[in-house]
Amino acid sequence: MSDSSLGILLIWIFVFAYSILGSIDFGAGFWSMVFAGRQGSTAADIANRYLSPTWKVTNVFLVLLVVAFVGFFPFAMPMLSSLLVVPVCLVLLLLALRSTFMVYSQMSANYVAQLRIVSGVTGLLIPGLLITVLPVTLGGFVELRAGHLQVLTEKLLTSRTLYAHLGFGIASELFLSSVFLADYARESEDRQAYGIYRSIAMTIGPLTLLTGMLAAVAMNPEAQWIVERMKAQWIWFALSALFFVAGYSALWWRGRSGWTGVPRAAVVLVIIQYAMASFGYGSAHLPYLIYPHMTVEQGFTNHAMFVSLLAGYSVSTLVLVPVFIWFWLLFLKDKRYLKP
Amino acid sequence: MDHVQLARSLFGSSMAFHIIFATLGVGLPMMIIAAEVLFQLRKDSDYATMARRWTKGFAILLGVAIPSGTIVGVMLALLWPGFMEIVGQVISLPFQIEIWAFFLEALFMSIYVYAADRLSPWMRIVSVIFVAVGATGSAVLITDAHAWMNTPRGFTIADGKITDVHPWAAVFNPSFFNTALHVSLSGYMTGAFAIASIAAWKLLSRNREPRETAYHRKGLMLALVIGGVMSLATALNGHSTAQMLHEYEPEKLAAAEGLFETQAYAPLAIGGIVDKESREIKGAIEIPGALSFLAGNRFDTVVKGLNEFPVENWPPLFVHTLFNLMVMLGSLLIVISFGALFYRWRKKQPLPGWMLRVLVLTGPMSLIGIETGWIFSCSARQPWTIYHIQRTAEAATSSQNLGTLFILFIGLYVMLMCITILVLWHYFKRNPVHAELALKHEGA
Repeated sequence: MSDSSLGILLIWIFVFAYSILGSIDFGAGFWSMVFAGRQGSTAADIANRYLSPTWKVTNVFLVLLVVAFVGFFPFAMPMLSSLLVVPVCLVLLLLALRSTFMVYSQMSANYVAQLRIVSGVTGLLIPGLLITVLPVTLGGFVELRAGHLQVLTEKLLTSRTLYAHLGFGIASELFLSSVFLADYARESEDRQAYGIYRSIAMTIGPLTLLTGMLAAVAMNPEAQWIVERMKAQWIWFALSALFFVAGYSALWWRGRSGWTGVPRAAVVLVIIQYAMASFGYGSAHLPYLIYPHMTVEQGFTNHAMFVSLLAGYSVSTLVLVPVFIWFWLLFLKDKRYLKP
Repeated sequence: MDHVQLARSLFGSSMAFHIIFATLGVGLPMMIIAAEVLFQLRKDSDYATMARRWTKGFAILLGVAIPSGTIVGVMLALLWPGFMEIVGQVISLPFQIEIWAFFLEALFMSIYVYAADRLSPWMRIVSVIFVAVGATGSAVLITDAHAWMNTPRGFTIADGKITDVHPWAAVFNPSFFNTALHVSLSGYMTGAFAIASIAAWKLLSRNREPRETAYHRKGLMLALVIGGVMSLATALNGHSTAQMLHEYEPEKLAAAEGLFETQAYAPLAIGGIVDKESREIKGAIEIPGALSFLAGNRFDTVVKGLNEFPVENWPPLFVHTLFNLMVMLGSLLIVISFGALFYRWRKKQPLPGWMLRVLVLTGPMSLIGIETGWIFSCSARQPWTIYHIQRTAEAATSSQNLGTLFILFIGLYVMLMCITILVLWHYFKRNPVHAELALKHEGA
């Protein structure tokens, strides 16, 4: 494997990790808002119990992604930055509102309702906005003007590609987070919250498949090239669909001690479903970072830097893995935290 | 404003906002460690109460520091793509390692806050130490990138092409240790004086219970000891930072001191306005020979003046005022904190009201000192983004529509600043310390 392929594979792993963690994180914020007012329901508590200790850690993954991208692909920055400065700055703005309002609402009893609405709604918008970065990298909405790439904002805003991506992003966020929270409720042995999140997952599941296919179909004619290449990678998408069916059906499997559904299996299978699909999409995207202006090879850093980056990532991963495991045991396993 | 100026304004105001929370985020964990350790040593539950309350405040501030840090980090990549192109080839290591320090801080902060009741006292101290390690680590590593911008090393550049890259030589560039130390020490100082301000404020208010007075006095003393030591250390280290400027960035030192003529026995100028037209400093108090002595420990050290350099490479001359302000605030903080400690040591009496009133100002003074220091260091590097390698105009994005974003972000920062103050105020009003102390008392 060449240096640049290894580099883009690592970036893919980081993108994937953040999209899963981010979906669960933003989704949990959204559900916490939806169920906030309900008397006697613990669904909001479950979401908050997960969010409180984890949101900072999830946020670091976003920074990791950006830093890793700059480190591995510095030459892509001039082109990408002029394309992304406006949408990504808007995401940053919403993200700041979302995180701060979440912390405020934990601290101030007076305005919990208003604060939660802001953090919930922004949590729904952010993943939708983030996923619109994808159509921009596909060409079609980008034009070379006076030596600089510019986004054709009007064309983008009126295209069905954008809205199909948006729909897919939001559906995925809500599905992933509800499956995950169902599992978290199962771990906490909270039957009522489990029932709520399980039925949400059952409703939204098929929607993710539908919007996903729509996003692929709606890609015509702006980005015909990637549709062709995705067809060549059909095996990954077929596998992804299979894992969806398996994961979705796990919501009905017979669980231990009378629980309907094995949510842990559903979470794992659904994550594999997304891994397969995004790997297929990523392979189809190669060798371009931005079609047709910038390839992976053109954006890549030098060998000396690459080697020390790899060394850095290896050492720091070794250092941090035990901490992550401890963190997992304290907040996702320990019954004293899950059932206060 | 052209788009380079807009990019600078947007990034600069984002940094200025973030620095407040980031600096307190470096300083407060140190104070929390000190309180936790004193609690274990003296078995005085007041210190445990301090640690708990400061952690609450810290958690709220961290809730702003994390998103604002994310904004700055991502904006850096978006607004300065020309700069990032070189960063990615030469100095991406500290950014990358910083992420792991950031992880450490986020993970252990959650552990310290949300698992406190499930940890042994010993593990609690370890957790908060790791929070501090993560916070200081992040600050040190980001400062490394800043130091590299002042003293870039680890590569060769010819016709805009970068070759012969040595990533670790870039990391350990000549100004790294001094600058990183300066940032960390001043961060600890700011955390301590922020606490000192609040404690002094509380001691000034009427109708307090004796328990509460004792509690705030302990907090104030702890903050003054740490703040005093750190402000002194910051000043000593600031001296070697100035010597480093003399060696590596003479035009920065010349602009900081408003010195035009290259000379031995160069005077130190305090105050005054640096005039570009007449090439002299007006209305300053000059201490003969002091600048030469500061720069090289000898009065006959030759200090380069601005006339040595082409005018288009001069930093903006207002940096003299920023530099003066930073040094003055730092010196005042040393005098105030040691003055108060000396009074307490000699008289063995509670501090008088006027002294408490002065102490209330120490927190804001430290923050202003930090802000002026950063603005000085970044403005006095102009017109360069990377010293003698890349001009700021070459580093900036070509994107034209930054005006609206600038307005939006200024609005965001003003709003977050107001709400954060309100939330902090409400929280500590609803959970007053005397209630917590009374609870402890009954428990005991």
